[in-house]
Amino acid sequence: MSGAEWQLVGFSLRMALASLLLVLPIGLGLAWWLARKHWPGKALVETLVSLPLVLPPVVTGLVLLQLFGRRGWVGSWLHHTFNCDVVFTWRAVVLALAAMSLPLFVRAARTAFEEVDVKFEQLARTLGAGEWRVFFTITLPLAKRGVLAGMLLAFARALGEFGATIMVAGNIPGRTTTLPVAIYQAVENGEDAHAWLLAGVSAVIAFAAVFVSEHLLRRSQ
Amino acid sequence: MSTAVLTATFRKQFPGGPEIAVDNFCVGRGVTVLFGASGSGKTTVLRCLAGLEIPNEGEIKFGGEVWFEQSGRRHTAKSELFLPPRLRGAGFVPQDYALFPHLTVAGNLRYGLKELPAAEAGLRVAETLRWLGLEGLENRWPRELSGGQQQRVALARAVARRPRLLLLDEPLAALDTPTRLRLRGELRHWLRELRIPTILVTHDRQEALALGDDVVVLHHGLNVQHGALPEVFGRPANLAVAEITAVETIQSGKILAIREGLATVLAGTARLTALALDLPPDTSEVYVCIRAEDVILMQANSVQSSPRNHLAATVQAVNRKGSLVLVTLDCGFPLTAWLTQAACDELALQAGAQVVALVKAPQVHLLPFAR
Repeated sequence: MSGAEWQLVGFSLRMALASLLLVLPIGLGLAWWLARKHWPGKALVETLVSLPLVLPPVVTGLVLLQLFGRRGWVGSWLHHTFNCDVVFTWRAVVLALAAMSLPLFVRAARTAFEEVDVKFEQLARTLGAGEWRVFFTITLPLAKRGVLAGMLLAFARALGEFGATIMVAGNIPGRTTTLPVAIYQAVENGEDAHAWLLAGVSAVIAFAAVFVSEHLLRRSQ
Repeated sequence: MSTAVLTATFRKQFPGGPEIAVDNFCVGRGVTVLFGASGSGKTTVLRCLAGLEIPNEGEIKFGGEVWFEQSGRRHTAKSELFLPPRLRGAGFVPQDYALFPHLTVAGNLRYGLKELPAAEAGLRVAETLRWLGLEGLENRWPRELSGGQQQRVALARAVARRPRLLLLDEPLAALDTPTRLRLRGELRHWLRELRIPTILVTHDRQEALALGDDVVVLHHGLNVQHGALPEVFGRPANLAVAEITAVETIQSGKILAIREGLATVLAGTARLTALALDLPPDTSEVYVCIRAEDVILMQANSVQSSPRNHLAATVQAVNRKGSLVLVTLDCGFPLTAWLTQAACDELALQAGAQVVALVKAPQVHLLPFAR
């Protein structure tokens, strides 16, 4: 592989990792909230979180473009407050990947939390533990495998993301181009050998992630 | 009964479930047994005291502290007060122990000692484990322990924090019979040494007698009788309590001699022979327990038989209950026997009749006095 190809793979891995860091706190909070609490409007939040799983990714990308564009609600605020632009930068890549992988992670983590018997959490409270301590020392360690599996799935999903990324981040070589986008580009340009090479790299990474994730899930049962 | 450290009057109802309503439930300094049939609401009461369930209304007070307060009128919900379990300082041992599976024995004990400096917490763990005979198990995982060891680790975890109140939910129910009998004696000893006000839930009469000072009888979610153990079990206040507690004769007795594993006991004016296997060697005062269905009656002029205990008895009363008859006897102490109607007719039993009551030695259960 050439230097440019290594750089492309490295960039894609970095973006997927950054999106995972964004998904992790939001996803853990959301998953815990859905697994342990009952509140009015819970069903609505559940549906919203899962929506990117069933919507065409391009539609999710379009919504993000609208929100984070310089004239969008969030985008204009970010631009004026922090002088920070999102759309068509690497930040947009992270955002798109995070939006697309969040539902997968929340589903896995929520199931993992639901499988933790509340009796352990209750006992921890009688031993003087507050809610944060209960979460970090009881709930999370006991749900560890399911959460790890969810992280790997989210990471793999992020690596394969195409539709939402191309909408919000475009295809700027060396700036926003990820593996799947580069593969599409290569086929467009008739560089089939190049496309197959990148496809092979993607397949190896995805295979490893799913393999480890399945292994973790099986051992947690 | 000693002065109350905990008082509770509250109502708790799960949606669609039966109502639990305890009225002026008091707990003194010793071990209070919360006794009742399964489904009578014992565990719910215990969980409300621990703060793991929130009653619908009522109040719970410990010492001078209010743990829970909520008046029934919804529009005055401002008066609600709920002290979360972490601030109650109550040690809780659930029926299935709930040992943290991802922590070692020492890790489980240390969990509740976060406020202590590390060195002191380490000492406390070692001291508690030694006290309960668990040295050497520090680095084991809960799944590697026997049932009896798990029970002791759960107790150790609860007491290592030096709680102000100890709550035990059927502490021995999950164990096999030999382990249960052995641990029953040890648990009694530990609870005496701890001197922490303790509430112990059980549905087992012998466990109640062996471990408790006072008893609160719970029936269909209501606390129907409260008092010193032998008093409540010996003189149930009403039929409901009698049906839960009194299918067994309980009589205090004195050990006269122990020879070849057999104890001679003086109960009232009668001498009984019983197995002495589970008795500590220096026991002198015991409760003698004889289940009514283990008592055999024969006519007074009968011949030799294998049961060791032949007691000349006078029939006091004959009460029909369903297909069985409950016969109350005086044989030097009050004794009850369950018979079938046919047997009762054959022996022509009626008040004043003279009979011989037979009980095999292994069916005379001796429990050391709880003091």
